Amino acid sequence: MDIDLIITSFPKLLGGALITLKLLFASMFFGIFIGLFFAILRIRNNFLSKIAYAYSYIFRGTPLLVQIFIIYYGFAEIDLIRKTFLWEAFKEPYWCAIIAFALNTGAYTSEILRSAFETIKIGYIEAGKSLGISKKLIFYKIQIPIAIKQSLPAYGNEIILMLKGTSLASTVTLMDITGIAKYIISTTFKPIEVFIVAGSIYLFMTFIIHNVIKFLEKKYSFNN
Amino acid sequence: MDLLAFGKTGWGDELFVAALMTIAVSITAMLIGFIFALIFTPLKLSKNKFLNLIANSYTTVIRGVPELLVIYLFFFGGSGALMYVASIFGYYEYIEINAFITGSVAIGIISGAYSTEVFRGAIQSIDKGQFEASKVLGFKKHIHFFKIIMPQMLRLSIPNLSNVWQITLKDTSLISVTGLVEIMRQSYIAAGSTRDPLFFYSFAAVLYLALTFLSMQLINRLELKYNKGY
Repeated sequence: MDIDLIITSFPKLLGGALITLKLLFASMFFGIFIGLFFAILRIRNNFLSKIAYAYSYIFRGTPLLVQIFIIYYGFAEIDLIRKTFLWEAFKEPYWCAIIAFALNTGAYTSEILRSAFETIKIGYIEAGKSLGISKKLIFYKIQIPIAIKQSLPAYGNEIILMLKGTSLASTVTLMDITGIAKYIISTTFKPIEVFIVAGSIYLFMTFIIHNVIKFLEKKYSFNN
Repeated sequence: MDLLAFGKTGWGDELFVAALMTIAVSITAMLIGFIFALIFTPLKLSKNKFLNLIANSYTTVIRGVPELLVIYLFFFGGSGALMYVASIFGYYEYIEINAFITGSVAIGIISGAYSTEVFRGAIQSIDKGQFEASKVLGFKKHIHFFKIIMPQMLRLSIPNLSNVWQITLKDTSLISVTGLVEIMRQSYIAAGSTRDPLFFYSFAAVLYLALTFLSMQLINRLELKYNKGY
């Protein structure tokens, strides 16, 4: 066990944590809107809901790595992207990673929210109707808040899965925690020490996310 | 479509073999995961605090750390660890582990952490009466576990195991970083030599979708079969 390496690699890996967190926040931020949008499309049974289903099926059925590679390497072939302002975003691995992560987590989020919408007790909606609240208001002020409350535990898991997913950004040259860890491992050939440090940083982040979600669940539960 | 032709002109046969490799790695990893799960589930449910701690650290660490990091640990550390063990027994030659084994073990350990949680949940949801009845009837411990608890546990875990299977199948794409020629790696090679990454990575996505779709069909059938009596 090389204690010196553990001590010297810690600040380096912590520098990568900043990129990991940036990727995580950006993709969760965009992902929640994408997820909400597609979950709303899924409520009614029409052509649009089929498209939303196909979107979530495709993104949940393929590995995140394929999605990143298609967006980063593949999309550069398309003239529409290469020759317009879109190229500004698609030439940067950072934005490609965020686009891929956001679309991926959006698919899972839409699935989580959809099942939350489906399990809302009909009584809440009827109560709203009998109080003469408009349909729009019922949707925005009753259905959406309840759905968000109900999906908190599953969404917490999704955040943790996405935190782990951001490690794939290292495959498109970004130096996040995993990218730096791989660099240190391949120069020192001491994988165990680096794994301990990098793993601890990830575990610490998981721990924080887990507890924040637990706190929110308690705060927003109906029982208090 | 010429790109997908079989034989020397296209990449069809290479990708087909690569898909078989993905299936082989996934199945091996899933089975290794089962072995880990069968070891760690009893530890997790045991009343001994120390055994609990071991099992909980396994599932927490593996489920809280990115899969890619675990794969790097095994890829760079695997042969070193094996050589260290071998040196204790007086064997000092260089040992290289092949990518298939490294990959399957790495993914298997990850898959095992998820399977452990699934089995634990399943055992906890078995009716308490089953445990009491088998105790009252005086079954030996291994018969109690293998003949009474395990069959019920497996039936209850099929739906969640199908999720674990999907996760495992998708995780195998990460082994491509170690150079094992599965779908992702083959697409990478093909994309590099034809300069058509969009086509090959999209085709890889289609292959993965087909694999998840087909395996879900199979699992649904299994589920129906084992729920016949219920």
